[in-house]
Amino acid sequence: MKVGILALQGAFREHKKAIENLGHTALEIRLPEHLEGIDGLIIPGGESTTIGKLMVEYSLLEPIRELGQQGKPIMGTCAGAVLLAKNIDGSDQPRLGLMDIAVIRNGFGRQVDSFEEDLEIDALGDQPFKAVFIRAPYITDVSPQVGILSKIDDTRIVLVRQGSFLACAFHPELTDDSRIHQYFFNMIEEIKNKF
Amino acid sequence: MSEKGTIKVKTGLAEMLKGGVIMDVTTPEQAKIAEEAGACAVMALERVPADIRAAGGVARMADPTIVKRIMETVTIPVMAKARIGHFVEARILEELGADYIDESEVLTPADEDYHIDKKDFKVPFVCGARNLGEALRRIGEGAAMIRTKGEPGTGNIVEAVRHMRKVMSEIRKIQNMPKDELMTAAKEMQAPYELVLQVKELGKLPVVNFAAGGIATPADAALMMQLGSDGVFVGSGIFKSNNPAVRAKAIVAAVTHYNEPKILAEISTDLGEAMPGLEISSIEPHERMQERGW
Repeated sequence: MKVGILALQGAFREHKKAIENLGHTALEIRLPEHLEGIDGLIIPGGESTTIGKLMVEYSLLEPIRELGQQGKPIMGTCAGAVLLAKNIDGSDQPRLGLMDIAVIRNGFGRQVDSFEEDLEIDALGDQPFKAVFIRAPYITDVSPQVGILSKIDDTRIVLVRQGSFLACAFHPELTDDSRIHQYFFNMIEEIKNKF
Repeated sequence: MSEKGTIKVKTGLAEMLKGGVIMDVTTPEQAKIAEEAGACAVMALERVPADIRAAGGVARMADPTIVKRIMETVTIPVMAKARIGHFVEARILEELGADYIDESEVLTPADEDYHIDKKDFKVPFVCGARNLGEALRRIGEGAAMIRTKGEPGTGNIVEAVRHMRKVMSEIRKIQNMPKDELMTAAKEMQAPYELVLQVKELGKLPVVNFAAGGIATPADAALMMQLGSDGVFVGSGIFKSNNPAVRAKAIVAAVTHYNEPKILAEISTDLGEAMPGLEISSIEPHERMQERGW
């Protein structure tokens, strides 16, 4: 499987490692022509405003949005989840807006409030997932088409899937637990087999 | 059970800053320009290094009002500088909610022997280094991010290049060294042995490593990236140039596309005057900021 990683800014190296550890090929995407032939795309953590501006500047926003609309699987982690959201609280920053979710940036507070937490994620089995939240957003609202996979305190949504899209408020690329990446690769397989 | 201030969370923020530009700003207006240009973080200061150098005297932590106003203005992370060894300035910045503290040689050191015990803080620290031993000593004290020292406020890239090349070549040496020589290497570099082992295993520093001290143009930024930096700090280079907004945007693009000469040529065009530069030999050795700290 060939998985693209948007490599404009942020933690794209860690995603690359996670992809390769699972035996797949990772391609760094910096320009529109790099998008050719990928089976899925990961948008990493980083600064969502920086990544959004560079996507506009280097003509990546439209082509990626089109790929998404055609059904190409996309996973966004942290800043990537923000960029996938239709609604970003109090911000008019550039975004893909592919998912019917509303997010609040830095929802858990500043860096001193960043944290690690064991999350219950039924879709990944009984074992809790050690999740790293760094100046993380959370999802405040979802449309009925969106499946909620994990929450904190029953109110703050941190992992959701809508069809071929997966949005994750934390950083699965910073831990050795590969289950979220595996979940995304299973999504790619499942969607590929449908066509 | 949620855990705050862990090493994972501290080094993790630096991981998120990679491939980005951290810009020195002294006012909310400048912070806004930096954010609009695509900075991944800003450093809130009272004066940029070039002005600190020109003013002389003792340079201290910025007034909390400046840090707070900048924090209110932008949504990207806000860093601030504390003097080397001044753990009370660091406590104040932590209390204000700064996202990262730079224990920085740009300010006048408060302690000539001891750096801050950075493990004792919830907020992460970045520290300057000129070589691998210095970087590993700071990491040993709890720094979650390293940057080359370069020579701040000069607009002259030569020292940043020297320090980055030095760190990278020392890492390569450690990588190729048989295990039984590592303890002696640690002793000679005055670095914690466990961290030397980690460098051998990883083939890189155990934390993110940025370039700083003298970056004035997009080409300077791309040069540092090609030499192995994870990102860059630009101090005086942006707001001491005559067109900060345009230059800031060009440096951001240069860090993303550091390996694309065609894009670098485009973004280097029509930027206006860069900051005036300083020849290193014109600065007396005792006035060089890189000599501060050990």
